[in-house]
Amino acid sequence: MEDQTKTDIRVGVFVCDCGSNIAGYLDMQALVDYAKTLPNVVHVQENLYTCSEGGINEIKNAIPKYNLTRVVVASCTPRTHEPLFMGACEEAGLNPYLFEMANIRDQCSWVHMKEKERGTERAKGQIGMAVAKAARLRELSRIQLGLTHRAVVIGGGISGMSAAMALGNMGYEVDLVEKSDRLGGLLNDLNLVLPAKEPPSNLVNDLAGRLNENPKVTVHTRSTVSKSEGYVGNFVVTINGDGEDKTVKTGVIIVAIGGRVLKPEGLFGYDGKMVVTQLDLEAMLKDGAPASKNVVMIQCVGSRCAERTYCSRICCMTAVKNAILLKEADPETKVTILYRDMQMYGVENEDMFRRSKELGVRYVTFDPASPPRVEDGKVLVHHLRMGREISIPADLVVLSTPVIAQEEAGDISTMLKVPVNENGFFLEGHVKLKPLDFATDGVYLCGNARFPSTIREAVSQGLGAAARAAIVLSKDALFTSGIVADINPDTCCGCLGCVDVCPYGAINYFEDRGVCQVNKVLCKGCGGDAPQRARRAVRGSTDSPTNRSTRRLSR
Amino acid sequence: MASKEVLIIGGGIAGMQAALDLGDMGIRVHLVEKNPSIGGKMAMLDKTFPTNDCTI
Repeated sequence: MEDQTKTDIRVGVFVCDCGSNIAGYLDMQALVDYAKTLPNVVHVQENLYTCSEGGINEIKNAIPKYNLTRVVVASCTPRTHEPLFMGACEEAGLNPYLFEMANIRDQCSWVHMKEKERGTERAKGQIGMAVAKAARLRELSRIQLGLTHRAVVIGGGISGMSAAMALGNMGYEVDLVEKSDRLGGLLNDLNLVLPAKEPPSNLVNDLAGRLNENPKVTVHTRSTVSKSEGYVGNFVVTINGDGEDKTVKTGVIIVAIGGRVLKPEGLFGYDGKMVVTQLDLEAMLKDGAPASKNVVMIQCVGSRCAERTYCSRICCMTAVKNAILLKEADPETKVTILYRDMQMYGVENEDMFRRSKELGVRYVTFDPASPPRVEDGKVLVHHLRMGREISIPADLVVLSTPVIAQEEAGDISTMLKVPVNENGFFLEGHVKLKPLDFATDGVYLCGNARFPSTIREAVSQGLGAAARAAIVLSKDALFTSGIVADINPDTCCGCLGCVDVCPYGAINYFEDRGVCQVNKVLCKGCGGDAPQRARRAVRGSTDSPTNRSTRRLSR
Repeated sequence: MASKEVLIIGGGIAGMQAALDLGDMGIRVHLVEKNPSIGGKMAMLDKTFPTNDCTI
C-alpha cells in the first residue's frame, strides 16, 4: 500500500438513498454536489442501497479505480452496518480503519422528515464532519488473541444441562456448576409434563446420566461461581464448592441460573395448605390426587400487576395441565379457573385447553380492578357477563404465580458485567439479532434466567446458546477491534476518573507508577472515558480529541 | 471422515441464522431457498417490535 501522508489523502464518499428512508426526505443531489466540494474528496457517488451487493461492489471497485485512501459512507447506523463497509474496504485492499460513517438517516432524515431544506443542510454538516475526520484516521490493525477451548455453564437446570451436553458432544471441555445437590432445577419439583404425561425425572435422569458419563463434562454440584475475570476466549473463573475455591480457565460462559416460583405471601390468604401455589399442587399431585372436590385456580397472582408488569406466560399452561390431571383423577371434582386472559400459544397447548373444557373445567374471567376474594370454603368473584358477584365453593384454592428471577441474579450480573432488567431477568444483546448472547463477548444466556420459558424453550435455548458459544470455541485465535483507547503515561494524573466510568473494567490503575493503563482486549472503544481526561491523557485511535465521543454518539 | 458440509432447506430468518452460525464455525453451508431472494416472511415486514429495526 502506498504511503498515506496528509498530502496524499484521497476520500471517496458514498451517499446512500436507503430506498426512500433518506432520499424521500433529503435533497440527494445537493448532498452529492456538496460532498464534491469538500477537501480531499476525489470521488462521490449516490447509491440506492449502499449496503446491497451492488453498493458494496461499487465501493470495492472505486477504491482501486480512484486510488482512494479513505472511504466515507453517508447512510444509516454504524451499529448495524459499519462492519459490512469496513469489510468491503478490507477486501479492496484498504485498511478497514480508514473508513468513516455519517449517520444521515437515524440522526437526520428520520428526524427532519418535514424539513427537507434544513434537513439537507444538516446532513451536509454531518458529511463534512465525517470527511474531515476521515482525513485524520490512522491505519490500525486488529489484535490477535489465543483462547481456551473450554466452557463454564452456570446453572444445572434443564437449559444449562442441555447447553453443557451440546458443548460436550462437540468435544469441548465443560464445567457445569450447580448450586444445589443435584441437577434438574425446577423440573425436580414438577409432577407430570404434558402432552406425553411424562414424569420430568425421566428427562432429568436421562440427561444427568449422559452428562455424568461424558468424559468432557465435569459436573460441580453444591457449587457456585464466585469470581470471574478476563475476557472472551480467556476468562478465569473461580468455582466455589465444599468451601474450596478452584480456578478454571475458560473461553466462554453460559448463564443458565434459571428462575424460581413466587411465593405469594399475603395474597389471597396463601397458607400453603388450603390456599397453595401451582408448584405446591404439583408436589401434592406427586403423592396422589388431593381429596379436594372443589378446586378454584386464580391466574396472574403477583404478575401483570404494578409490582411485576410482565406476563410469566407458562402459568396458564400449568393451570390447564393440573386442571386436566385433577379431572382425570376424579371426574366429579369441580375445577374452576379464574383468569384475565389465557395464554395458550402453540398447537398442543390449544388442544390441551380444548381438552380441559371437554372434561368440564370451568373458566370464569375476572377484571383485575375487582379481583376474586378468597373466604372460608368459597371464592367470590364478580362475574363480568352476569354483572354480579358469584360464590364458588372451594376446598382448595390454587394460585398461579409467576416465575421470578433468582436471588443471585444481581450478583452474577455484577460479576460478569452483564445487564438485568427491572425484574432481575438477564437482558440479551439484541431481542432479535442476539437473543442468546450478551452484549459482552463470550457470555451467553438461556432458559428461565432470561425469561419464563417452557421446558421445550429452555432446552432449545440451551442448545442455541451452546451453538453460539461454539462459534468462539471453534476458532484457533480471536481478533478484537483495533479501535481502543490509549492513555499517555506522561500526562496521566492518576485521578481514576476513567476507571470509574469504564463499563468494561478495561482500565487498570498502577499504584506504583500512579498511572492508568488500558487493557486493549477488554476496551470496546466506546469513548466513555474521553470526557474524564483531566489532562487529556486518554486519546482514541485517531488524533482527534473528540474521536471516541463522536464515535459513540454516532450510533 | 464425515463430510463437514451442511444443507439447509429454507432461506428465511431461521435458515439464514443457522447458515451464518455454521459458517462462522468454519463449516461449509449450502442454503437452498425456493424464492428468488432469501429473507422469507421477515423480508416482507417493514419494522418489527420492540426495537423498530428496519427488518430488511
